[in-house]
Amino acid sequence: MYDFTLDRPTTIQDAVAALQSDEAQPLSGGQTLIPTMKARLAQADTLVALSGVAEMRGICTDDQGRLCIGGATPHVEVARETAQSYPALAYLAGHIGDPAVRARGTIGGSLANNDPSACYPAAALASGATIVATGPSGARDIAADDYFQGMFDTALDEGEIVTEVKFPVPQAAAYAKFVQPASRFALVAAFVAKFDNGVRVAITGASSDGVFRWAEAEEALTANFSPEALTNLAPPTQTMISDLHGPAEYRANLARTMTARAVKQS
Amino acid sequence: MPKDSGIGASPKRREDVRFLTGKGRYTDDINVAGQAHVAFLRADVAHATLNGIDSGAAAAMPGVLRIFTAADFDGVGGLPCGWQVTDKHGQPMQEPKHPILAEGKIRHVGEIVAAVVAETPAQARDAAEAIELDLTELPAVVDMKDAVKDGAPKVHDDLTSNLCYDWGFVEENKEAVDTAFAEAAHVTTLELVNNRLVANPMEPRVAVGDYAAHDDSSTLYTTSQNPHVIRLLMGAFVLGIPEHKLRVVAPDVGGGFGTKIFHYAEEAFCTFAAKQLGRPVKWTSTRSEAFMSDAHGRDHVTKIELALDADNNFTALRTDTYANMGAYLSTFAPSVPTWLHGTLMAGNYKTPLIYVNVKAVFTNTVPVDAYRGAGRPEATFQLERLVDKAARELGVDPVALRRQNFITEFPYATPVAVEYDTGDYHATMDKLEAMIDRDGFAGRRADSAARGKLRGLGVNCYIEACGIAPSHLVGQLGARAGLYESATVRVNATGGLVVMTGSHSHGQGHETSFAQVVADMIGIGDDQVEIVHGDTANTPMGMGTYGSRSLAVGGSAMVRATEKIIAKAKKIAAHLMEASEGDIELKDGAFTVAGTDKSVAWGDVTLAAYVPHNYPLEDIEPGLEETAFYDPNNFTYPSGAYACEVEVDPETGQVEVLAFAAADDFGNVVNPMIVEGQVHGGIAQGIGQALLENCAYDEDGQLLSASYMDYAMPRASDLPMFAVDHSCRTPCTHNPLGVKGCGEAGAIGSPPAIVNAVIDALQSGGHDVAHIDMPLTPARVWGALNG
Repeated sequence: MYDFTLDRPTTIQDAVAALQSDEAQPLSGGQTLIPTMKARLAQADTLVALSGVAEMRGICTDDQGRLCIGGATPHVEVARETAQSYPALAYLAGHIGDPAVRARGTIGGSLANNDPSACYPAAALASGATIVATGPSGARDIAADDYFQGMFDTALDEGEIVTEVKFPVPQAAAYAKFVQPASRFALVAAFVAKFDNGVRVAITGASSDGVFRWAEAEEALTANFSPEALTNLAPPTQTMISDLHGPAEYRANLARTMTARAVKQS
Repeated sequence: MPKDSGIGASPKRREDVRFLTGKGRYTDDINVAGQAHVAFLRADVAHATLNGIDSGAAAAMPGVLRIFTAADFDGVGGLPCGWQVTDKHGQPMQEPKHPILAEGKIRHVGEIVAAVVAETPAQARDAAEAIELDLTELPAVVDMKDAVKDGAPKVHDDLTSNLCYDWGFVEENKEAVDTAFAEAAHVTTLELVNNRLVANPMEPRVAVGDYAAHDDSSTLYTTSQNPHVIRLLMGAFVLGIPEHKLRVVAPDVGGGFGTKIFHYAEEAFCTFAAKQLGRPVKWTSTRSEAFMSDAHGRDHVTKIELALDADNNFTALRTDTYANMGAYLSTFAPSVPTWLHGTLMAGNYKTPLIYVNVKAVFTNTVPVDAYRGAGRPEATFQLERLVDKAARELGVDPVALRRQNFITEFPYATPVAVEYDTGDYHATMDKLEAMIDRDGFAGRRADSAARGKLRGLGVNCYIEACGIAPSHLVGQLGARAGLYESATVRVNATGGLVVMTGSHSHGQGHETSFAQVVADMIGIGDDQVEIVHGDTANTPMGMGTYGSRSLAVGGSAMVRATEKIIAKAKKIAAHLMEASEGDIELKDGAFTVAGTDKSVAWGDVTLAAYVPHNYPLEDIEPGLEETAFYDPNNFTYPSGAYACEVEVDPETGQVEVLAFAAADDFGNVVNPMIVEGQVHGGIAQGIGQALLENCAYDEDGQLLSASYMDYAMPRASDLPMFAVDHSCRTPCTHNPLGVKGCGEAGAIGSPPAIVNAVIDALQSGGHDVAHIDMPLTPARVWGALNG
């Protein structure tokens, strides 16, 4: 690991101010960044730790009935606190990595990194969540549909951090994950959320564009919310990842299979 | 009441107290006063001409003491290869130089190009990153069959080709084998890959070199399975240090699995640099370095054929294997696909004619050498997959086909040079069938089908040659070392014993089981015996631990030394009791005179040996310390039958191992609990190979599975509860303990059971799938289902 300075602000305002330096990077749970730095694949002059920002941690419900989760809330807390209010989200949070990862890793860190195999982006996109990004000019709401812009790419501007994520709670939802045998990240996973006005399906792990909504499946499931509605569907293979762990066709198959399982479970 | 001490008891492993409480003393725990740290600059391309190295900027960085390149090793030998294979034309294998640091050319990703020694590890690493290399990249050869084509890029320009050797075994049998195939009623053919693996011991490699100018002596602390072998190879062949000036210490070692047998460049570097700098030099491998510098395992591509007569008797076997050597010959690499593989191709069967061809090939990849089982898993996998395929083609029960062809009379001389001394293959198969409720399988399969799953049952046998090995035999086969083992038994005045052994324990529990052997012979408690190993300064010359040899060979040396101790102690006891030596009996830690009530305790005799006031000094020397070297006259041949039940999810291709049973014949057993643990670990690694582990390169020689993000290790959740049995015992006929060795069996016997089970599952679902190459990842199984 290269040397760095650690800054530990206690308010969002101080954190955002500290991040305005070109050399500063935010550090949330560190479950991606720290191993990457240890391997000398990432370097930062200053890390601004968000774990001490109390106002970024915790879960509440707003007047629209949305679950509002602070950006620095660790997975273990989401798994525990949303078990009744949003079981599919709790299940997802409770199955990220291992207990050590869940104790440190945060929802804001996961969404800011937007790893193409991460779990949280699927929940945010399928739920139609709102990502609250805070920067020097204040906080702004970003719809999940606008937020995910490709592998490791988001709508966050330089110096912005994810301070809160607001989840509308669907009528029914489930997350079905097929793990990559080595990393135990999602090889392909599907989050299905059924709302009054239709079904949303988000697929993670499969595409070189990162998490995506599978429109064809949404349409079919909105018409008929059953696994059978997906029988002859498969997402297009052109953008599917082909690697050591499976070719594009296999990931496309898993996308359908995991979506069907999520529908069955929800 | 089960025994709690001695042979056959299962006392808890005494070494686990320190391992489990953080008190183990591993090589990385050793810090020598004044030590400096080395960081290696490793190649990130697989094949290139090394035109120049600019280390000027790096040398000026903070804390840097010195930067080494190949030029600094002028006059230093390359890493030696310990086994010379002779090809089918009687010519020696091609044996390129294996330099400590890359000389003019880079031949695999991970090869050391330069080394920076600095005050701290971070400073060394910072400076290593600042070194500029002038490279001309060359096309890499990765695929073995491509590598031996005319015009393929050559890994070593000074060799005639990338073919290390073309080995035929037994060459004289070839014509008769071909004739048998021409006359066969049925021929079964199978082409398969035995996948490349990374050993991944929990503890990465570490080396600390130290030099004492006052007496011109060097010390190397290293993560080794065989410190004396390292001392011999590095001292005699690389650095030119006589053994009395070189001490090698391998303290607690956190797993080896073969990959810590070999002499590595980092060991020689740290020893060499310590003398050059007058400072101790330490290196601790990162996990990333381990992936690209620890010797890999397996990596065979094989075509195997079985000829059967009209009654389904095996009449001949023929194999054609390409074995990957990687870019250089690791210490014992040439022996693995030949003498540890070809000699096992008879398996448990009385096939009269066998011909094995092995082409060993250089490629731009990390060197490949022994990994748990070493050659024998490759032999077992191809043979047991082939027999299963033959049974399916012939429509006969795979167990019945095996039984029909079992060897039943011992000793049995195989057509591939070895003689099995003893065994009972029907007994282990009987035991296995009793363990697995084969009759209930149809019902279980129906239950799975009701849940949309395909259930399969796979069975196989195995035999291995271990207790390696008779020196006279391996010498004829090309080994450049003896393969005996040694023990010094030192009895202290107050009766306790210290046993110093050349074997090495790195997870096998020797400190417990070896003590049981010696204590049992004397009739005292295990706690009266301490086992010392791992330091050439205080143990007799021994060849170390691998090939399931430590109890069979090292334990036998201990028996021989203890026999000498007892013989001398009886003389002392006879003197003390004024009786005839021939009448003295030793039982339960006391000497008695036959037919009398005279008795003298073990401790009284040992005290007399060191306080020889009343002592036959005219006949024997004081003291009680004996050394024995034991060289076996044959290998040992553990065998067994394994079964596995799997469930395949046809929607995802996921394989779940539901049950695994192992019936082994290890001969006599010293500590059943340790034996079971060894089998558990072996099966876990076998399941890892069969379902998960895949060391993969791309066509440019980049290692794709270079971290745990892509290299899948087996975890507890991947494994079922294991049913293991070792009650079938045909004791080895030629060592004093009647033991055969158990360390590798699980890894040798388990992969074919798993693959056989998956194929059984798929075929039960009407899928015409004859074979899937390991690892049977979900994607591969799904691909086979939808192919």
